[in-house]
Amino acid sequence: MNISHSDKQQLIVIGNGMVGHHLVEQLVERGATEAYRIIVFGEERHLAYDRVHLSEYFAGRDAESLALCASDYYAEHGIELRLSEAVTGIDRDNGEVVTDKGRYAYDRLVLATGSYPFVPPIPGNDRPNCLVYRTLEDLDAIRAAAEKATTGVVVGGGLLGLEAANALRGLNLDTAVVEFAPRLMPMQVDSEGGELLREKIESLGVQVLTERATQRIEDGGASFHRMVFQDDKVLETDLIVFSAGIRPRDELARECGLEMGERGGVVIDDHCLTSDPAILAVGEVALWNNSIFGLVGPGYQMAKAAAYTLTQGELTFRGADMSTKLKLLGVDVGSIGDAHGDRSPGARMFRYLDQIKQEYRKLVVSSDGKKLLGAMLVGDNSYYDTLMQYYSNGLELPEDPASLILPSTEGAPALGADALPETATICSCHNVTKGDVCASIDAGCTDLGAVKLETKASTGCGGCAALLKSVVDHELESRGVEVDKSICEHFAYTRQELYGIVRVEGIKTFSELIEKHGSSQTQGLGCDICKPAVASILASCFNEPITDASHIPLQDTNDTFMANMQKNGTYSVVPRVPGGEITPDKLIALGEVAKKYQLYTKITGGQRVDLFGAQLHDLPDIWQELIDAGFETGHAYGKATRTVKSCVGSTWCRYGVQDSVGMALHIENRYKGLRSPHKLKFAVSGCTRECAEAQSKDVGVIATENGWNLYVCGNGGMRPRHAELFATDLDDETLIKYIDRFLMFYIRTADRLQRTSVWRENLDGGLDYLKDVIIHDSLGIGEELESQMQEVVDRYECEWANALKDPAKLKRFRSYVNDDRPDPNIIVTEERGQLRPA
Amino acid sequence: MSTATVLKTETEADVSWQTLCIKSDLVAFSGVAAWIETAEGPAQVALFYLPGHETELYAVDHHDPFANANVIARGIVGDLKGQPVVASPIYKQHFRLKDGVCLEDESVQLRTWPVRFEGDQVMIAIEAL
Repeated sequence: MNISHSDKQQLIVIGNGMVGHHLVEQLVERGATEAYRIIVFGEERHLAYDRVHLSEYFAGRDAESLALCASDYYAEHGIELRLSEAVTGIDRDNGEVVTDKGRYAYDRLVLATGSYPFVPPIPGNDRPNCLVYRTLEDLDAIRAAAEKATTGVVVGGGLLGLEAANALRGLNLDTAVVEFAPRLMPMQVDSEGGELLREKIESLGVQVLTERATQRIEDGGASFHRMVFQDDKVLETDLIVFSAGIRPRDELARECGLEMGERGGVVIDDHCLTSDPAILAVGEVALWNNSIFGLVGPGYQMAKAAAYTLTQGELTFRGADMSTKLKLLGVDVGSIGDAHGDRSPGARMFRYLDQIKQEYRKLVVSSDGKKLLGAMLVGDNSYYDTLMQYYSNGLELPEDPASLILPSTEGAPALGADALPETATICSCHNVTKGDVCASIDAGCTDLGAVKLETKASTGCGGCAALLKSVVDHELESRGVEVDKSICEHFAYTRQELYGIVRVEGIKTFSELIEKHGSSQTQGLGCDICKPAVASILASCFNEPITDASHIPLQDTNDTFMANMQKNGTYSVVPRVPGGEITPDKLIALGEVAKKYQLYTKITGGQRVDLFGAQLHDLPDIWQELIDAGFETGHAYGKATRTVKSCVGSTWCRYGVQDSVGMALHIENRYKGLRSPHKLKFAVSGCTRECAEAQSKDVGVIATENGWNLYVCGNGGMRPRHAELFATDLDDETLIKYIDRFLMFYIRTADRLQRTSVWRENLDGGLDYLKDVIIHDSLGIGEELESQMQEVVDRYECEWANALKDPAKLKRFRSYVNDDRPDPNIIVTEERGQLRPA
Repeated sequence: MSTATVLKTETEADVSWQTLCIKSDLVAFSGVAAWIETAEGPAQVALFYLPGHETELYAVDHHDPFANANVIARGIVGDLKGQPVVASPIYKQHFRLKDGVCLEDESVQLRTWPVRFEGDQVMIAIEAL
């Protein structure tokens, strides 16, 4: 297949891993699709996915949620993505790439083939149930093998080996790690650090065997395999995962005669060009300055440099820092620069070891004690960010460098955000400097979320979240953007503080709150910011009818009239249809009401029916008919529980494993009427096919064979965000308990009009903190949150039913107090058999 | 002083006070809408009632010039920089109740009418037909 395009050159990218995908993103960003027709080949059947978080696949994340972009990203940018198509050769003479399906001409070619796991040449390494840990297919194979296994061994105690061990442990296997070197993670830690790491990992029930060279693998007695070591000691296990390092996948380059490194890898220059200037290489297949970079950060930097090279840009790749911080099996490990101190003649060291708390820290400093050359951390990575800044920016160390690693009894000399130079790298994944952050603030970003969106900082591995926050806070403050958190001129408090005051003092009306706690400079009327916010807080705490006389002036028009105002001043009406389940009789009743009042009818995304075009004075009559037909208000007008979307689940579906509709009904009936800082959407899917799209909701529930997986803080809308897996295989009761706590904690701590997704982005400590609070009850407020939720649930009453009982409340629904004539401004026209505003 | 007196007299001379509704039709710290007959034809006013405040009653256009919809009475009442205002329920612009001026765009102004209680009656001053 030779497609010739008159004006565009053909650019082929081989490999659709993390770096290959990043390259495409960079090319798109630089407008390269104007100059090139781009074809990307991926050998795997999956779109590029996040290998860094591969282990979460076992915790319930699927390929789609690990994907690095939306499935239509490539098509949207006119890029041809050919998955499941392995490239088998490169014909440089004819400028063609050969696959098993055809030949494709290239003008420029990029190798992003990555690496493969090295399997040591041990007799028996090809036995069944001897696997590797690299791709989703590998993980599927491990999962399948684990089903028949009770024990598992990982060969290799490095970073990936410990990741794999964690995965085996997660599959409930008795797990051991076998390492050739005298300690775990020999690249990152020294013997003290390694010893501590061993203790911590053994305390998790993972056996650690070091200085073991496997001689052969043969049939076991009690287990499937028997591993025989150099000293003839043996270890029996059912499953073996090799994770003994990586090797570049350079066979295509080798076969077509590109210059190779002695021990593999395609040689590239600073522009990522190989010995053939038409061909570039990036990522783990590329050898720069005799080094292969086995981390995603440097790979991204190469991808960026390659994109510049292909678009006549100036940026080059000049090597990358291999500093890293990780949490492996729950243990913090950090390594910065020359952590061992063996590459820096004359280096001096500081060490701190606490065997009780199991923490170890080491500094490698220059001979004059002024510069940090490297550092090593085991047990507590909170020191990492500051040390990294000293290291990467060459900052002069404090007089006593040891203070940087000593426990912070009298307050460690934290490196203030102001001490960092403009060139300091804040986010190494996306290469965002402090200067970039400042520029985004100058360009109008006024909070952390906006800066993240603008710069992408802290959206990769997230390791820099705390540092980014402190820089943003500091920069905002220094610009005199008085980070005034007052909700408005009437209250010198944040929404969270007002919530606390209302709770603690039991204040039940706006007038009492503004009298006791309002600013003195105002007329005490409040405004359209604080009034709805306080109304929402009062409703979240006490759940009194919002149409009560003391609450009605606080409400936005939608809440006041319990319907959604449309652009011509009419309203739309959305009755609750829990879980999207509705009887034919109720459907007919909806249709009859719509017909009688000439309402435009549309199905919503939340599995209910929206009736548009109701005039204010018709609302009570419409609702009387709906309530008579068995409906309740749907709160579509409120910052409140909206819908719980569901699929039919095990009741009907061949694939369903739980009764998703039943759970959706349970959830919707529990939380209906709950008011919160913003609207709340839920969904329940009956199996992992996820037809209810639960991962785009504030609270998503997906059935598993053992119960329910809970996802939180997802969002559709303008800024979509995948929900994150929060807990797995929950029973009904625990599921509800967690949702109770989660929602009430959100209501307690979120800003006004802050959706759960943004709240989560801004939450110090992130998902781990949220899990600590909700699951492990680290703040000791679990029961309190539950009982507060129960109070709201117990006080639920349909607001429309309440209003219809009260003639005084109904008076409010007159369009005009002195005349019955309709609003002549509301003019409608017919379109597709329905009425719409003219 | 004398000028003011003259003006007031002129104003009084050109207007007629009409009964709009009764006090219990109003909603405290919020608004209701009503029809009036003016020299230019029928018009819709938004009436706001702030019991206990220096000025308790305000009447402004019910028509929102930004949204071109009759909705002002359904906005939230508040005070900004010491001045009572109403926020449009559609696009949230603020209008001063005293003179109808839009705080976000001072070239836009709602009409205003004098209003007062006479006993239980809500009275509005309308230019003589």
